Amino acid sequence: MTTSNLHMYVMAAPLICALFVNLLGRRSRRYIAPLTLGALLFSSVTACSVLTNALQNGRLSYTVGNWTPPYGIELIIDPLSALMLLLISVVALLATCAALPSVQREQAGKEHLFFTLYLILIAGLMGLVMTGDAFNLYVLLEITSITTYGLIAMGKGRAVLSSFNYIIMGSIGACFYLLGVGYIYILTGTLNMADIATRLPLVQGDAAVATAFAFLIVGLFIKMAFFPLHGWLPHAYGDAPMGASVMIAPLMTKVTVYLMIRVMFSIFSPQYEFLLHPGIQNLVIWAASIGIVCASLQALAQRDIKRMLTYIIIAEVGYMVGGIWLANDQGMTGAILHIVNDALMTLCLFLAAATIFYRIGSLHFDDLKGLYQRMPLTMAAFTVGAFSMIGVPPTAGFFSKWYLILGGIEAGHWEYVAALIFSSLINAVLFFRLIEIAYFGDVDHAHGHAPTLQPAAPAPWYMQGSLLVTAAALIIVGLGSGQLVQGVIKLALPTGF
Amino acid sequence: MIYQSSIWPLMAVLVSLCGAIPILASSRKPNLRESWTLLIAAAKVIIVASLLPTVLNGGGFVFTIAEVIPNVPIQLRVDAMGMFFALVASILWFFTSVYSIGYMRALDEHDQTRYFASFAVAISATIGVAFSANLLTLYLFYEVLSLSTYPLVTHHQDAEAKTSGRKYLTYILGTSIGFALPAMLLTYQLAGTLDFTQGGILAGSGASPATLGLILVLFLFGFAKAGLMPFHGWLPAAMVAPTPVSSFLHGVAVVKVGVFSILRVIFHIFGPDLLLDVHLGAVITTLASITILVASLIALTQDNLKRRLAYSTIGQLSYMILGAGMLSAAGMTGGLLHIAMHAFGKITLFFCAGAIFVASGKKYISQMDGLGKRMPITYLAFFFGSLSIIGMPPFGGFISKWSLATGAVESGQLILLLVLLVSSMLNALYFFPIVYRGFFLPAAEGELEGVKEAPLFCLIPLSITAFCSLGLFFWPTIFLQLAKMAVSP
Repeated sequence: MTTSNLHMYVMAAPLICALFVNLLGRRSRRYIAPLTLGALLFSSVTACSVLTNALQNGRLSYTVGNWTPPYGIELIIDPLSALMLLLISVVALLATCAALPSVQREQAGKEHLFFTLYLILIAGLMGLVMTGDAFNLYVLLEITSITTYGLIAMGKGRAVLSSFNYIIMGSIGACFYLLGVGYIYILTGTLNMADIATRLPLVQGDAAVATAFAFLIVGLFIKMAFFPLHGWLPHAYGDAPMGASVMIAPLMTKVTVYLMIRVMFSIFSPQYEFLLHPGIQNLVIWAASIGIVCASLQALAQRDIKRMLTYIIIAEVGYMVGGIWLANDQGMTGAILHIVNDALMTLCLFLAAATIFYRIGSLHFDDLKGLYQRMPLTMAAFTVGAFSMIGVPPTAGFFSKWYLILGGIEAGHWEYVAALIFSSLINAVLFFRLIEIAYFGDVDHAHGHAPTLQPAAPAPWYMQGSLLVTAAALIIVGLGSGQLVQGVIKLALPTGF
Repeated sequence: MIYQSSIWPLMAVLVSLCGAIPILASSRKPNLRESWTLLIAAAKVIIVASLLPTVLNGGGFVFTIAEVIPNVPIQLRVDAMGMFFALVASILWFFTSVYSIGYMRALDEHDQTRYFASFAVAISATIGVAFSANLLTLYLFYEVLSLSTYPLVTHHQDAEAKTSGRKYLTYILGTSIGFALPAMLLTYQLAGTLDFTQGGILAGSGASPATLGLILVLFLFGFAKAGLMPFHGWLPAAMVAPTPVSSFLHGVAVVKVGVFSILRVIFHIFGPDLLLDVHLGAVITTLASITILVASLIALTQDNLKRRLAYSTIGQLSYMILGAGMLSAAGMTGGLLHIAMHAFGKITLFFCAGAIFVASGKKYISQMDGLGKRMPITYLAFFFGSLSIIGMPPFGGFISKWSLATGAVESGQLILLLVLLVSSMLNALYFFPIVYRGFFLPAAEGELEGVKEAPLFCLIPLSITAFCSLGLFFWPTIFLQLAKMAVSP
């Protein structure tokens, strides 16, 4: 193991363990937890050292199978992908603490299947953030998507239908992306991103390049559920088993936003997007703004925590995409910081939802009465996550929103600024409505006395532990956002910013 | 001015924040829990007071918590203006703690642990606002205060509390996210910093008067805790809270955090000179004058004692904003001084309202005939408090109102003098009938059998604050000096 291929091991650990989870987990489910947690713990620790390494030494590249690029596949680590790698490992590790008990209860007997898909999905996500090859990116995108289809379909009720719906949309997105890659290959004769980037400016045929770009970006828009291509997400994530959505929801969309950054700045260049096609830029920011507003309003109409959160995820995608397309330093910083923050706060809220679901078996608003008395720690962590979504300092959510709004002001995109503030206000309503229900219990009862509640099986300590760690992380990342921005994100900004 | 680096400003904030933990831990032992509360309150006063001599000598303290945004750290700084507010808040919190014990126990309230813990967090946030070195830190503590007072406002957890809590959050959180946050971002965009600087940071930014006016109005309404109309509706609604909450938070801490924030913006973000240049003082004084007069008129019509006090508070808060808006040295000093003078007066009045409720269960002024003969000490304290707020000598309120009146003359805005006079008259009109009914009207047959003074835990704090109102007329030196230093260092 040397420093130059350390990142390979980060991805290999969950992939190899996936095999063993399937083989050994079939015999006894005792093996599943140590294997899964062990692999992800190893990945997290290694990803940590990959990040420090990348910050010291800059860009690192590893050629898989020793085939030299541009023909072989390159796994590239730069500060941004190292940050994403660490984020994915840590979020997956924390999510697994909640996924284990949830799956044990919901999918008894199928745990080894579940966690095989689960680990392959994580390995796929890790591969996505590292790959330096446009076609390899497509392959990994399909790996993550197919495992996700499977995980979602393991849910109850309408889950199979939702999964099928997602397969249709996801495949269209993948096809678009593949077509885009095809065009690029025809134009440049290469699939390596760095190689494409050097050859693309020399290519004749503006319309063909634009077509390729449009296919790539729209394909990713579908995959990340960017408004108005978001229809599949609420059902897919809402009907997925709790153990799956607790990991998919924080990571999937964020990683796809990262991929958009890669396509926009590693394959194409800021000059291409923002100088040659300013009309597209305006269009995307308007779509992001409208998407934020619409998704927030739809979240308001939900009466189930998980459903509500799925719409918030769509709104947050609008935050990040808008921030990137603002084409200035602040917006870009905000978007990347928001990828980190949003992953953490979505994780926090989904972990809280999983814990609540484990304890009371429902996430419907009407069943949450008096929850502050029943589950004070869980609700405290939920409240921290909620404050972060609203954007109350010093939680992390405030600071990324700060940069995003500032970017909007700087770029003069007031519709985006207004959408962000509007969505903060709606989030305040959304979460305080929940907090009010959970805090007040039954107001019909006598003055000040909460209804008596039946005792229920408490969630395991590690489930609650990971929730509390995540909630604490939101505040720590918030207070440390200065260091995060100066030390990592400024280095991770694409050239040209 | 030289600020020395010191951990004590942080300690002043943290002592009660960390104090919430032993309070929560000793929930089953009420006596121990209340000992913690008193201990923390005393420690807070001592820490704040220990910083006072340096500040009076022209020094100050600074402590950086975290570097979060370029040029805008989360930072605490003790200057004269912050010291002024922190001193008022910490002293009055001590009295409120004593009073709370008497009040909550006498009424046998539920969930007292949550109550005392939330209170401790709220006072931390208040001191945090006082010691904030920049607008971001102030905003942070401002929001913490909003959120920590929610459980206090909704303490009774019944339908009425729920409605009021909703109203409270809608106004406070809605305005701070909807108005104050964008205003702050615009300021940062223009000035590149948010640091509170003598003379303001927006002066050299080259922004047009229209932009400055927009930012100013966003700030004025954004800090809705100051109760500037039309964003005042939360305050009367918040009166459903237990009386110690109303007295301390909605007579002193929360509302004055709003005013303090606005004053900070006027003094140290815009700077009086800039506001004079672009003639924006009139915006502030107009909004404040309207609020003063309308709130005083509404107060006349309220029969619920606490609601009358709430409207009185709304009016009085705008005095402070009015003073700052005059942009003259005396006016600004008067505005700041009124924070202290009104605090001591209004907390006395609220304490009395609570004592009356504890002793007799009465909330409405029309039912309080003859009560003064049964509770002479409480009523005398009430009389003192109301005289101070009306601005009669020899009470503290006179000093601040005198300074405000001087400021109005100094800035040549005689119409503001008229506003002050009319409003003082209205103050007298809504306070005196309460005292008159108490002492001179006969009680209804058998209504007040067995009513006597409230427990000593209630009675002693309210007597002390009443005498403080009196004493501040004769010994206003510390507050006066701090206020003068804040306005012209």
